[in-house]
Amino acid sequence: MTASTSSALPVEAQHHDIAERRDVPAWLEELRRWLIDAGIGWLLPIGLLAGWEAAAQLGLLPETILPAPSAVFLAAWALILKGELFVHIGVSGARALAGFVVGGLIGFGLGLANGLSAHSRKLTDTTLQMIRNVPHLALVPLVIIWFGIDEGAKLFLVALGVFFPIYVNTLLGILTVDPQLIEMGRAYGMSNATLFRRVLLPGALPSIFVGLRYGLGIMWLTLIVAETIAASSGLGYMAMQAREFLLVDVVVLAILIYALLGKLADSVARALERRCLQWHPSFRQG
Amino acid sequence: MSLSQQPRRGAELQITGIGRDFGANTVLRGVDLRVAAGECVAIIGRSGCGKSTLLRLLAGLDRPTRGRIMLGTGEAPASARIMFQEPRLLPWARVVDNVEVGVPVSEATARRRSRALELLAEVGLADRANEWPGILSGGQRQRVALARALASRPELLLLDEPLGALDALTRIEMQRLLERIWLHQGFTAVLVTHDVGEALALADRVVLIDRGAIALDLRVDLPRPRRRDRPELGALEERILERLFDGADAGGIDAAA
Repeated sequence: MTASTSSALPVEAQHHDIAERRDVPAWLEELRRWLIDAGIGWLLPIGLLAGWEAAAQLGLLPETILPAPSAVFLAAWALILKGELFVHIGVSGARALAGFVVGGLIGFGLGLANGLSAHSRKLTDTTLQMIRNVPHLALVPLVIIWFGIDEGAKLFLVALGVFFPIYVNTLLGILTVDPQLIEMGRAYGMSNATLFRRVLLPGALPSIFVGLRYGLGIMWLTLIVAETIAASSGLGYMAMQAREFLLVDVVVLAILIYALLGKLADSVARALERRCLQWHPSFRQG
Repeated sequence: MSLSQQPRRGAELQITGIGRDFGANTVLRGVDLRVAAGECVAIIGRSGCGKSTLLRLLAGLDRPTRGRIMLGTGEAPASARIMFQEPRLLPWARVVDNVEVGVPVSEATARRRSRALELLAEVGLADRANEWPGILSGGQRQRVALARALASRPELLLLDEPLGALDALTRIEMQRLLERIWLHQGFTAVLVTHDVGEALALADRVVLIDRGAIALDLRVDLPRPRRRDRPELGALEERILERLFDGADAGGIDAAA
């Protein structure tokens, strides 16, 4: 008797569940699922923020060490009203993008050239590997002597930093394309251009995306260092100015914006990756 | 345009004194073989006997050290297609795009697509045209590879143990499909296999290669489709296996001496 009642219960609960779902429109159900999927990653940052705010309000965190999130928000609002914040973000964003495009294109081009031609690889790879082992930020003093604190300095450093991960991963991607597929392409009469377009490039793409996402990380890192050391505008400059005047809230604001921009860049790269690598088992829509 | 017309017959394959050395190692020593237009010849032999090397030479993937290969009236194996042991499909291209790889570039784009779909239907995979190859089974992938190989209506189809990696049931199914398509399209076929039963099921002639030379050339004059329990097949299989193991013993003594 007890067994039958206990087994009847979940069945009833299931019926209830199904009946309730039938009232909800499909798109709302989809939205709910998406919110749960996308939202779960934000649970931790928001929780941290709430804990931080509470600690600041209770006086556990002195304002000169770490101001409350609400204070940071107010500082952001004030900077927006003065029209400064978006200028700084725009300047930093443009620098990051320009350096990324220049360094990325050179890295991609050389990676392809060295992946496709053994001659080119023999000629340049040793040099590139030697340069790669010099931390590019060690060049900061030299770069300041060369370019001063002009845009050129930032562009050079970011491009140099982004170049290597993209170069190395493009090269690796091309070299590790399944030789059986290349042989098939040749046996089926593909021209060199077709072979590149249909076999080599798509085969190298997963690896190129790894380089892309790694390069984006280096891009922000380099820009922050470059702007902190020598700049007259941009987020790094804003943070250094604020430090001079002990405006801790603005310093924290700059750091938070870096975090958000970094996340944004990574999301864009991921979306691109999902679009381009639909065929790949790891990216297949579940 | 010519592709849409009735399939043309296969071409005659004439191999004269073909040899291939890799350094000091002679893999093929003077092989002579004539395959009539539309004939299906199975080449069997133990691993390392040179049968795959021969097929690669026929496909133009490798160049012979000596001798010449004639297909029809041409020297180059231009209208030959090879089907590998692995499907070798492009994982980033849909099934239909993979078949399109085999359609000659000279065809118009729309024509290429419809030709690819036609071939997919022929191997029974019309409904999978827009799938990624990754989700197909091993047998289905090999059928896509077959469709790709046939897409240019080759005069000569080379098969490099294409069924070797399939399970027993899928193998038989594929053998029947191959036979049906071969009978329908009439191309010349050279099938490399180490499965004597498969060779006898499909081929007009079974050629045994031993240490780089032809050791046996056997005609299989039995009506198709061949039932596996025919006594003649058993007798032929016995003869081939005997010759194979004779060769193995001789090789062993050679190596010891």
